[in-house]
Amino acid sequence: MALSGLEIFKLLPKTNCKKCGQPTCLAFAMALAQKKVSLDQCPDASAQARDTLAAAAAPPMRLIAFGVGEAAAKTGQETVLFRHEEKFHSPSLVAIALPDDLSADAAAAKAKAIQALAFERVGQKLPIQAVAVINKSGDAGKFAAAAELAKAACKAIILVSQNPDAVKAALAHVKDSKPLICGATDANAAAMAALAKEAKCPLVAVAADAEALAALTEKLKAAGCEDLVLCLSTTDRWAEMRGLTQVRQLALKKNFRPLGFPVIAFANEGTPEVQVTRGASLICKYAGIVVIDTVEKWALLPLLTVRQNVFTDPQKPVSVEPKLYAVGDAGPTSPLLFTTNFSLTYYTVEGDVEASRVPSWILCVDTEGTSVLTAYSGDKLNEKVVGKAMKAANVETIVKHRKLIIPGYVAVMSGKLEEETGWEIMVGPRESSIIPRYLKEVWAGQS
Amino acid sequence: MPLPAVQESYSGRVNEVTLGGGTRKKTLTIGGAKTIVYGGDRAVTGNRPLIAIDVLDSAPQDWAPVLAEAYGNVLSDPAAWARKAVEEFGADLVCVKFDGIHPDKGNLGAAEAVAVTKKVIAAVGVPLILWGSGNDEKDNTVMPKVSEAAKGEKVLLGTVTQDNYKSLTATALADQHLLIAQAPLDINIAKQVNILVSDMGFPLESLVMFQTTGTLGYGMEYAYSIQERERLAALTGDKLMAAPVICDVGYETWRCKESKADLPQWGDAAKRGPLWEATTAVSLLQSGVDIVRMRHPAAVAVVKTYIDSVWGAK
Repeated sequence: MALSGLEIFKLLPKTNCKKCGQPTCLAFAMALAQKKVSLDQCPDASAQARDTLAAAAAPPMRLIAFGVGEAAAKTGQETVLFRHEEKFHSPSLVAIALPDDLSADAAAAKAKAIQALAFERVGQKLPIQAVAVINKSGDAGKFAAAAELAKAACKAIILVSQNPDAVKAALAHVKDSKPLICGATDANAAAMAALAKEAKCPLVAVAADAEALAALTEKLKAAGCEDLVLCLSTTDRWAEMRGLTQVRQLALKKNFRPLGFPVIAFANEGTPEVQVTRGASLICKYAGIVVIDTVEKWALLPLLTVRQNVFTDPQKPVSVEPKLYAVGDAGPTSPLLFTTNFSLTYYTVEGDVEASRVPSWILCVDTEGTSVLTAYSGDKLNEKVVGKAMKAANVETIVKHRKLIIPGYVAVMSGKLEEETGWEIMVGPRESSIIPRYLKEVWAGQS
Repeated sequence: MPLPAVQESYSGRVNEVTLGGGTRKKTLTIGGAKTIVYGGDRAVTGNRPLIAIDVLDSAPQDWAPVLAEAYGNVLSDPAAWARKAVEEFGADLVCVKFDGIHPDKGNLGAAEAVAVTKKVIAAVGVPLILWGSGNDEKDNTVMPKVSEAAKGEKVLLGTVTQDNYKSLTATALADQHLLIAQAPLDINIAKQVNILVSDMGFPLESLVMFQTTGTLGYGMEYAYSIQERERLAALTGDKLMAAPVICDVGYETWRCKESKADLPQWGDAAKRGPLWEATTAVSLLQSGVDIVRMRHPAAVAVVKTYIDSVWGAK
């Protein structure tokens, strides 16, 4: 938590030597509090002052990185409880479980399936970032073998075992991939901390509630592990959600260092539906890493879309590149519609045009990522803007006809737009969902 | 290790609203939270959320096959539909949606709507939601008759908006129903509607708020954040914003591409659709929602399992 100018002043030499360029130590302290200067400018600052200031400047939730190269993943450094207060920063990492009691063939096949998963929605890639090797067998050799197979997934690796021998055996295979070790309990803390420290890997602290977690992280920190992740091991679902919320509150609102770490949560039991709905709630409520078991695409897509939605920056409208888009096999006689470049608007229109199965052109007009009505009332959408977009996209050479379909909500701009462009203006429906009917009946009927 | 105390005792709370009366075999109480979602133990976090299943007043024409097939032959019989929703699919409430009175969707009259209302009242014992078509003119002529037919049942009647609230508010007052106040993803308008309605003498304690829900992938996060802000407003003592919240997940989900489109890169559409609906509902529950309106029975089952797992089986 930031220190006040007076709190900083107490840590300074109070000599008013002016070497820092400020007239007094107090003035320097005030400037420091406002982050206008750095403590390095004071040549006489004590080690204690440096440590205290550095600690105060550290983010309330630590950023934890694991995995290397293409598979590098990071989580943490969240700053708020509610996304509207600012935004959520580190999109929850989704990890898929690779239990070590699968046969070697089945495990290899699953690793390959995980590697092949690729999702894209509304122009954004939705990645799966990690594979969680789970020591279900309880056997160190099997765990190490599964960890070796997990490499084929080409994702960051999480080693899930509370048996130090098993983790040691697995680390021998995957240490260079910088896995996340999951993890340390009160019982195995010393052994796990030693393994994590030696392998330079982040470590998960596993305990039943926030209180026990706080005690455990202190223990692990004392053993030299700074890069920690938290895991609530309770099977009481209410207690888990309550605990996740409490950890976030304490870390951010109270700057409570023992809990200032991201959280991993497991939703890898039950049907794909149970996993995904639980996973969705964990993404909403503060899990930085969510582990599930399913590789079904129909199940993963909604889960990844929850992450996409919740981690959208609420201050910044998501926009798409303003240009001319072809839907289906659009040609010179296909209808031309325009809409705005607010992502939600554009992709809704695109979906409905696609559903009509009428090959069409959509001219996506730059309205600074605002919707049709918002853009129109803010004068970001007028006949000049549309005319300019038509010229830029060269629509005259792309379609033979001279007809432009406009959103029903801006029917009022028809006259001016017709004057500006010389094109015939056709007023489309207000609701995007009516577009298929419009294209099939009105457009097809008139040409 | 002892933990520092996190505040959070708030001066305000979400209203507790009880639905159902008259011939209903049970009543249901929603709201009551004194803290944020998961902000304390069960005693201060309010009543468990409920699921309402939609029953349309006339057979839907444009439902996705995966959705329509789940209901079989009851879609043209609102009474049988309502019974199936409650007895087979476990709906806490039934939401009769009067789409059929809309001029573009059948243009049915008040007589038909009243008949449907009476049939559903007779068919099931759970509390009801009676929800208009969204066409102001038609709702203002038909919904008062619907309300009157349900007099005494203490239904949740919807919806009133900033531009159309007088007729339905007066009706709800006269027939002693509860009212749904709707706003278009705008917390300021939500407050404005509540003010307008309460200025007509309608008790704030009988209101439920509805922000036009976005489904997953189509603005879900807007509704999510507004609902979180509504909860915080209630907790900090804004009595105008203390009403419980309802979401419409079913309708919104089943008109989006992801719930229906046969795209191999997104896996089996028949499983994806219901899960899209369930995931939207569960995500919105995290923002503090008291009732979710749903459609696919498989999705309802998944959400019930989720609610039971977190809030405890009933």
